[in-house]
Amino acid sequence: MSEVTDIVDDMIAPVRVLVFDPRHEARAAAVVWQRELIRFGKDRTRMLASLVQPVLFLFVLGVGLGSLVGQAPGTVRFTTFLFPGVLAMSVLFTAAFSGISMVWDREFGFLREMLIAPVSTTAILTGKCFGGATVATAQSLVMLALAGVVGVPYAPIMMLQLVGLLFLASFICTAMGLVLAARIKQVQSAMPMVQLIITPMMFLSGALFPLSGLPGWLTVLTHINPMTYAVEPMRAIVFDNLAVDAATRARLDPGISWGGWTVPVAVQVAIVIGICLALLGIAVGRFARTE
Amino acid sequence: MTEISIDQTQTGLPTVQPTAGGGPSAVRARGLVKRYGQIEAVRGIDLDVAPGETFGFLGPNGAGKSTTINILCTLVEATSGSAQVAGFDVARERAAVRRHIGLVFQEPTLDSYLTGEQNLRFHGELYGVARAGAAARREQVLRMVGLWERRGDVVQKYSGGMRRRLEIARGLLHSPKVLFLDEPTIGLDPQTRASIWSYLADLHRTEEITVFVTTHYMDEAEHCDRIAIMNDGRIVAMDTPARLKAQVGQDRVQLTTADDEASIIGLRERFGLAAAMHEGKVTVSVPDGAAFIPELFTHLSVPIRSVTVQRPTLDDVFLAHTGSTIRDVESAGSDSSVLAALARWGR
Repeated sequence: MSEVTDIVDDMIAPVRVLVFDPRHEARAAAVVWQRELIRFGKDRTRMLASLVQPVLFLFVLGVGLGSLVGQAPGTVRFTTFLFPGVLAMSVLFTAAFSGISMVWDREFGFLREMLIAPVSTTAILTGKCFGGATVATAQSLVMLALAGVVGVPYAPIMMLQLVGLLFLASFICTAMGLVLAARIKQVQSAMPMVQLIITPMMFLSGALFPLSGLPGWLTVLTHINPMTYAVEPMRAIVFDNLAVDAATRARLDPGISWGGWTVPVAVQVAIVIGICLALLGIAVGRFARTE
Repeated sequence: MTEISIDQTQTGLPTVQPTAGGGPSAVRARGLVKRYGQIEAVRGIDLDVAPGETFGFLGPNGAGKSTTINILCTLVEATSGSAQVAGFDVARERAAVRRHIGLVFQEPTLDSYLTGEQNLRFHGELYGVARAGAAARREQVLRMVGLWERRGDVVQKYSGGMRRRLEIARGLLHSPKVLFLDEPTIGLDPQTRASIWSYLADLHRTEEITVFVTTHYMDEAEHCDRIAIMNDGRIVAMDTPARLKAQVGQDRVQLTTADDEASIIGLRERFGLAAAMHEGKVTVSVPDGAAFIPELFTHLSVPIRSVTVQRPTLDDVFLAHTGSTIRDVESAGSDSSVLAALARWGR
C-alpha cells in the first residue's frame, strides 16, 4: 500500500491512485490464517469433541455393520473400506465451523475490523479458508494415525496424498461455511444450518457406502455432491495400496462415471479445486455486497 | 495542490479558518447528502477540519452524526456531495482513505479470545504496517493507553474501559492522519470517560493527528478545539466551544456582599449594569465574567463576601439551536441498548 502515484486530474487537485500490493494482501491473508490457528489452539474442547464422531463411525458403526456385511475371503474388512470416508468426515464439521464462525465475528464486531481494513475481501476470506482447512487437516492427522488399526498400510506417499486431499475437502467446507455465513445473521441459526448442509454432503458422498449399484435418484444426488469428488480420490488412493482383487475393487471402489465415462482421479481433483475457487468467489461476492 | 476557496456564507455559518498549518484540510466535506429511501439522514453538510484539530460532532441520537462519520470513513456512500479525508477522496480512493484513518466505533470490534497484543498485531498486518518497528509501535501505543502490563491477557479479561482504550491504541497503531471516534465513551462510567479523554488529550503530544469525535455528552465537547452541533441531518452551529457559548449569552456573576442594596446601586453607577436579586444573591450578566471580577473588586466600594461566575454551558447552546435540551436526550438514552438501537436506526 505504500506505492502511491500522483495523477493530475483536470489540473485542479492531485488524485492518488493506490497500487494493488500483493505483498500486503498476502500478509493480510496470512494473519487471518494465523488467527484461525491461534483460536483453534485455545479451544481444546472443540478439538476433542470433533474427533469423537469419526471415531464412533469408524469403530462402532464400522465394526457393527461389518459383522452384518461379513467378509468374503480375499476381500477387505468393512472398516478398511470405511477408513477414507471417515477421514473425509473428520474434517467436515471442523472446517465448516471455521467458515460459519464469521457469523460470530460479525456478532462480536470483529468482522468489521477485518472488512474496513485497506485490503481486499478476497485476501481476508482466502486467509479464512486456508485457516479453516489447515485446522481441520491438522485435526484429521489423528484419524490418519489410526490407519494401521483398520489394516491400511502407512505408505508415506499415500499419506501425503491423503493429507493433500483432506486439505481440499476442508477448503470446500470452510468456503461453504463462509457462503452460508454471508447470509445468516443470527448466531442461533448458524449451527443448525451447518448441520443441514454438511450432513447431506457427508451421507451423499460415498463416504459410508460404495457408489456402485445405487438407485438412479441416489446416483444423481451423489454425483452432484462436491464432496463426492473429494472422497472418491481418497478411496482410490487407499485401494491402490491394498492387496485386493479387481472384482472386489470394482464393487467397493467403482469410481465416478458420467454416463459411461469413468472420471479419472486427476480430473476429480481438478473438479475439487475448481469448486474450492468457485465457492470462495461466491463468498467474496456475497460479503462484498452485504457488509 | 490548489485549494478552491468556498464561500462559507452559503452555509449560513460563521466563517472559521482552520487553526493550524494552513495546509489542506484533514477532513473536508461539501454538500454531503445521504438518503435512505424516503428518509434523509444527512441533508447537506459542509465541513473543514484542520490538521491537528480535535473536532467534536455533537447532537442527539438520530441527528445523522453516525451516518456522516460513516461516509467520511468510506463505510457508507453519500447520495450526493463530496468529501476528502487526509487528502483522499472518500468515494474514489477508499483504500487510501482507510489506510490513513483510525477508527473507534461505538460497538466493540475486538477479538476477545485473543490477547491485547495479538489484537494489535492482527491490525498491523491488515494495515500493512512495516515489520521493522512494528513491535516498538505496539509497545508505544499500549503504553500510551496504560495497557502495556496487560498486553498478554486475553481481551475477555479486560473491563469495558480497558477494551475501549485498547481500541483507541489499535486505531492509532498504523499512524493514521485522522482518528475517528464514534461515541468513544458511550456506556462507560464517568471516571472511565474522563480517563479516555485524558488519553485523547495526550495524543497530540506524541502524534501528529486530527481527532474527529462524535458524542452526545455536552461536557465532553468542551475538550474539543471546535465543535459542530448537528440536528435533524444538518449542522446548526459550528465554532469553538467558547465562541458558541458567547453567542448564546453572557456570563452570570453572582455576589454576596455586606450590603446588597448598596451593591446594586454601585453596579449601576460605576459599571452601568442592571443588577438584580436572584436566588438571594446580587446577580448581573456580563460578556466576560472572568475579566469582570478584578474590575469589580477595584471599583465596588461595598465589601464582597463571595463571587461566582457561571458561564453559559453547551447545554444552553444546544437548547438555543435545537429547541430541546441535551438532558432530554440523555434521559431518554440512559439505557445503552436503547441508545445503540437508536444509533443503528440513525445510520
